[in-house]
Amino acid sequence: MAFDENVKTEFKVIGQRVSRPDGIDKVTGKALYGADLSAPGMLIGRVLRSPHAHARIKKIDTSASEAMKGVKAVVVNSDLAEPEDDFFRDVKDNCLARDKALYDGHAVAAVAATSRSIARAAIRAIKVEYEELPSVTDVDEAMKPDAPVVQEGRADETVPAGSGPNVTTYLEFGHGDLEAGFAKADKIIERSFKTAATHQGYIEPHACLASMGADGRGDLWCCTQGQYNVRTICAEVCGIEATQLRVTASEIGGGFGGKTTCFIEPVALALSRKSGKPVKIVMSREEVFRATGPTVSSSSDVKVGMTKDGRITAASAKLRYQGGAFPCGTVEFGAQSAFAAYDLEAVRSYGWNTLTNRPKEAAYRAPGAPMAIYAVESVVDELCQELGLDPLDVRLKNAAKKGTLASYGPTFNDIGLVATLEAAKAHPHYAAPLGENQGRGLSCGFWFNFGGNTCVSLNVNHDGTVGVVEGNPDIGGSRASISMMAAEELDIPYEKVRTVITDTNSLGFNDVTDGSRVTFAVGLATIEAARAAKREMCKRAAQIWGIDAEAVVWEDGAAKPSGPNAGDHPPMTLAEIAADMDSTGGPIAGHHEVNADGAGVSFGVHLVDTEVDPETGATKILRYTVFQDAGKAIHPDYVEGQMQGGAVQGIGWALNEEYIYGEDGRLQNPMFLDYRVPVASDLPAIDTVILEIPNPGHPYGVRGVGETSIVPPLAAISNAVSRAADVRMSELPMSPPRVLKAMSER
Amino acid sequence: MKYVKPESLHAASVLLSEEPGTTRILAGGTDVLVQLRSEVVEPDLIVDLKHLEGFGDITSEDGGFRIGAGVPSAEMYEHKALHAAWPGVIEGAELIGSTQIQGRCTMVGNLCNGSPAGDSVPGMVAAGAVVRVHGPDGERDVPVEEIPTGPGKTSLAKGEFITSIFLPARPERSGDAYLRFIPRTEMDIAVSSAAANLELDTDGTVTSARVAVGAVAPTVRLVEEAGTALVGSKLDDTAIANMMAAVEAACSPIDDKRGTVEFRTKTAGVLAKRAAHIAYERAGGSK
Repeated sequence: MAFDENVKTEFKVIGQRVSRPDGIDKVTGKALYGADLSAPGMLIGRVLRSPHAHARIKKIDTSASEAMKGVKAVVVNSDLAEPEDDFFRDVKDNCLARDKALYDGHAVAAVAATSRSIARAAIRAIKVEYEELPSVTDVDEAMKPDAPVVQEGRADETVPAGSGPNVTTYLEFGHGDLEAGFAKADKIIERSFKTAATHQGYIEPHACLASMGADGRGDLWCCTQGQYNVRTICAEVCGIEATQLRVTASEIGGGFGGKTTCFIEPVALALSRKSGKPVKIVMSREEVFRATGPTVSSSSDVKVGMTKDGRITAASAKLRYQGGAFPCGTVEFGAQSAFAAYDLEAVRSYGWNTLTNRPKEAAYRAPGAPMAIYAVESVVDELCQELGLDPLDVRLKNAAKKGTLASYGPTFNDIGLVATLEAAKAHPHYAAPLGENQGRGLSCGFWFNFGGNTCVSLNVNHDGTVGVVEGNPDIGGSRASISMMAAEELDIPYEKVRTVITDTNSLGFNDVTDGSRVTFAVGLATIEAARAAKREMCKRAAQIWGIDAEAVVWEDGAAKPSGPNAGDHPPMTLAEIAADMDSTGGPIAGHHEVNADGAGVSFGVHLVDTEVDPETGATKILRYTVFQDAGKAIHPDYVEGQMQGGAVQGIGWALNEEYIYGEDGRLQNPMFLDYRVPVASDLPAIDTVILEIPNPGHPYGVRGVGETSIVPPLAAISNAVSRAADVRMSELPMSPPRVLKAMSER
Repeated sequence: MKYVKPESLHAASVLLSEEPGTTRILAGGTDVLVQLRSEVVEPDLIVDLKHLEGFGDITSEDGGFRIGAGVPSAEMYEHKALHAAWPGVIEGAELIGSTQIQGRCTMVGNLCNGSPAGDSVPGMVAAGAVVRVHGPDGERDVPVEEIPTGPGKTSLAKGEFITSIFLPARPERSGDAYLRFIPRTEMDIAVSSAAANLELDTDGTVTSARVAVGAVAPTVRLVEEAGTALVGSKLDDTAIANMMAAVEAACSPIDDKRGTVEFRTKTAGVLAKRAAHIAYERAGGSK
């Protein structure tokens, strides 16, 4: 989409820090989350999970459980429909295991009972006969030719002959002559890296309430990032026509990408269909850790060549990702983003996705990018150290800009990387002195961003207020930003607009809330819907005035005659037109439906100071500054929140968070005590600098901001720790035992 | 599951000794309720003791303090005289869980939970605390370090429970301190920990020292050799090195998700050193 010809550069509402519309409900406890809805006669659903990392299910005997008083339904895999498509069949087999339990915590059966305690007893009464199989959880181990086979026959056509049995996809791309490029380098560094799987760590566990009637019609209330996506999956997995299943998204207690698929919803629907009663399932935290999607874990080799004056001559990355027991495509995002920040003559990326006996990977903020960029930015930093170069100058010297051929194919349009790097360089943080055992690190980050299918209605009410109806759960402040864009376009106060998120039967299809798409795509559709409403209101005014609709313009929140020839009519405000709408043609509404293109890519730079305790290996984050291009920050508080939140999740990922598996393939830390997300006292105030390099694809210049911010922290912190500890770190998390060991071996 | 709130120590003891099934004692409840919720245990009998006489009191006794088994960490923290006399014990108790948990949790519960990583235990051991045990055969006083016998296990017999902890009187020029290592800054469980309790003479020479370490053995350990290494010194480098060596020698930790043997052993020594320096400063010593 070309830059909007009516592009606004002066804003009244956009850029203000208005009150958030969900604030009072959330702080008073009134907001309804996934587990907060109940229905008359409701049953409690509970899931039986595999205690084994890998086991053939020889027999499931549910008879004793079904015979128990208070047990109303028991379901297994065969109680679900059989989707033809591999994708949906994998979701189904993840919701309830088919013939093998593929990871510790894999759901095997589920019950619905009249109480929690009966449900618990009923689960214990199910007898499962397992034949234990060898398991593999490490990505490098899983790629070996003699590794235990997680699933047979899942390699696609990209996988070269002779690859290990668990490799599902292979890719390779780039441009230029690597050999010639490396020959021009004064220094070449090649290193291997590993990153642990980390969980999105949303505070609200998955929860849903399902009700299937005898008439084949169903209602589902659930905590999700996309009610339409839930409908699509459940329709396929349960064999229900889309229109017969109405899905309503609850308020959401965090998602970060992890709530873009289904784990319990099809199971609750199947239990409800079988029992004839509403069924609620609420996951425990342990279930969330064991059986919902963390991100991939990775292993990589990165090679970069540089001249003495800091020009990168060639670069390559070999990325190996495991996404659990089902095929995933995440390595592609990693390979594509690995070198996005650089203008390179010779570059090549290679990627492998492999299966392991772990839970199925789910999206986590910029999926695949953080671990790839971590490896690349670590090697670039080490080259800067070895060659005695300033790491920001080197990034600037090699920075991608408008016209750069990206390693993954496209040529960049307007991007904000150089401006972001320059902002970091000019910031006092970059020049601040460091003390003993302290180090400063930085990293660039990148995310593609997404647009996608979007449908918005904007309704003008008789009293001059406006309702916006959209279909994407609000995970980062979108109700505020959508209302702001509607208010800006209509030129009415923000307080006169209320945005609600509706169910699947009340609005056309919307893609899931992912890809940092909502402020961009739903915002764009809202602006267009507002413009449609304005056209209609101009028409109504023209009708009242008895002039042509073309002779009316919308200014200052009112219809006005467009020139002297249009006659001398006093402006009619939105409220005045709305009050009269019954007699001028009925309801006034604007709509817009689009598969939005043109989501601009977003770059960020993170700067961090750390101090490492030489006696314990503990890392303290002393100072942290995020620089990011937002295109246009609609609501700066939320934009800063996204930047800070990404940095904080990245700090956890870099320092302590990890899925720890035992030799038996069982997850050892399925709880927040031993899965260590940062707590408030671990963190300094995260400083933010928003840059605004307008995205030509959005009427106000918006770029998505939700994901880029989790990309740079891993390398920025690793570079800071490596400099503070005087030893190059190459594995995440940099937990104290690992850092202390590295220091003792330097 | 039965819940009983007995009217006397004797009644509680009878209930606990006569129950054939699994029993749990409820004081602060910050371990028991979590275990129930996470389905770790389904007790047949829960006996609530926190209302019994003296359980909620901190009283002076022989120049020291008797702390009832139901006194939560937060109340100890706010008791000025207790806090001034035993800052190391208090800082251990103040590290259990979160602020909310500290309004309920008790040192006795922390002790009887039997975790080698219990935050309040090394401070009590270093302090030479003595617990009063009530049981079917009456009362007995037991040094605190003799209560835990292994992870989740105590030396208490069936029907026995602790009613109070006694912290002795403090001489002039004495101080204690507790430190733990956690990968975060709060809301965590000790990977290793150490407490030191020192008494000095007028010129700052250590006359008595007790060092205890946590999370590095099946139980919290009193390391007598570590204390001995400090006696007669002003915490010079040699004394500290000897003390750290004694601590490391006393460690027999496990390798697990929270830390390696090597890491736990090394940091236990480092924490003991740092705790000793803090305790020395609190005792009025200066170098």
